[in-house]
Amino acid sequence: MSATIQSPRSGKIAPQYRRSGSSKGNFEMLAWLFMRLSGVVLVVLIFGHLTVNLLVGEGIHAIDFGFVAGKWADPFWQVWDLAMLWLAMLHGTNGVRTIINDYAEKDATRLWLKIVLYAAAAAIIILGTLVIFTFNPCPVVDGVQLPGGFCPAP
Amino acid sequence: MPTKPAGTLYRGREGMWSWVGHRVTGVVIFFFLLVHVLDTSLVRVSPEAYTAVIGAYKNPLMALGETGLVAAIVFHAFNGLRIIAVDFWKKGAKYQRQMLWTVLALWVVVMVGFSIRHLSLALGGH
Repeated sequence: MSATIQSPRSGKIAPQYRRSGSSKGNFEMLAWLFMRLSGVVLVVLIFGHLTVNLLVGEGIHAIDFGFVAGKWADPFWQVWDLAMLWLAMLHGTNGVRTIINDYAEKDATRLWLKIVLYAAAAAIIILGTLVIFTFNPCPVVDGVQLPGGFCPAP
Repeated sequence: MPTKPAGTLYRGREGMWSWVGHRVTGVVIFFFLLVHVLDTSLVRVSPEAYTAVIGAYKNPLMALGETGLVAAIVFHAFNGLRIIAVDFWKKGAKYQRQMLWTVLALWVVVMVGFSIRHLSLALGGH
């Protein structure tokens, strides 16, 4: 009995050896590419974040409610922080997903760890996004301004 | 005849240890990120809640923790750029060792600068 083995570069690859076209599609390749693209952007975003928040002026002592209010009054920092939130969370979640796949050997363990991971990631991304877009520098509860807020002069 | 590695599948050296360092720092940063989004979200609770919890970051012990966190971030950032160079630059794999030592040298320079600035701000009486 003789089997026909195609030349590796002939393009005639038996279906079971094809890397694309399976049910998973290109997901793993896209995830790999995303880690590199988001990584480059995150270096800029996070180094900028650390410089502005920790190294300039009084550094960490300047950080309070008013500091956040001042930054988010500017759409530039809203977009900056939103991009940082989404890219860092997706980058980190994909990294932890890789680690779970590497070390959790049982199918059920992998499944449950990833369910917990995705639930936590979704909750944090949604929470952070809502906070950036619904932030109010002058919070009012029952008609009373909360102390420490930044309210327009009456 | 090749000898079996004793006790571990990997042989160490720059490639493996930078990979270990990248994983460990990545996990540390990820868990801090979860906490950091939660503490920042307190701006939606009340100005005083946010300022009180952020105040917890402003003590000497936390200043050291922040410096450690930034050390993890800076290593992960520079080594991440090295990984991109290994993957996309034609000579990346050939020079991966030299690039790791460059990463570590830059990391030392940045961390000396950051530590002096941050610790003098955070620990200097205010």
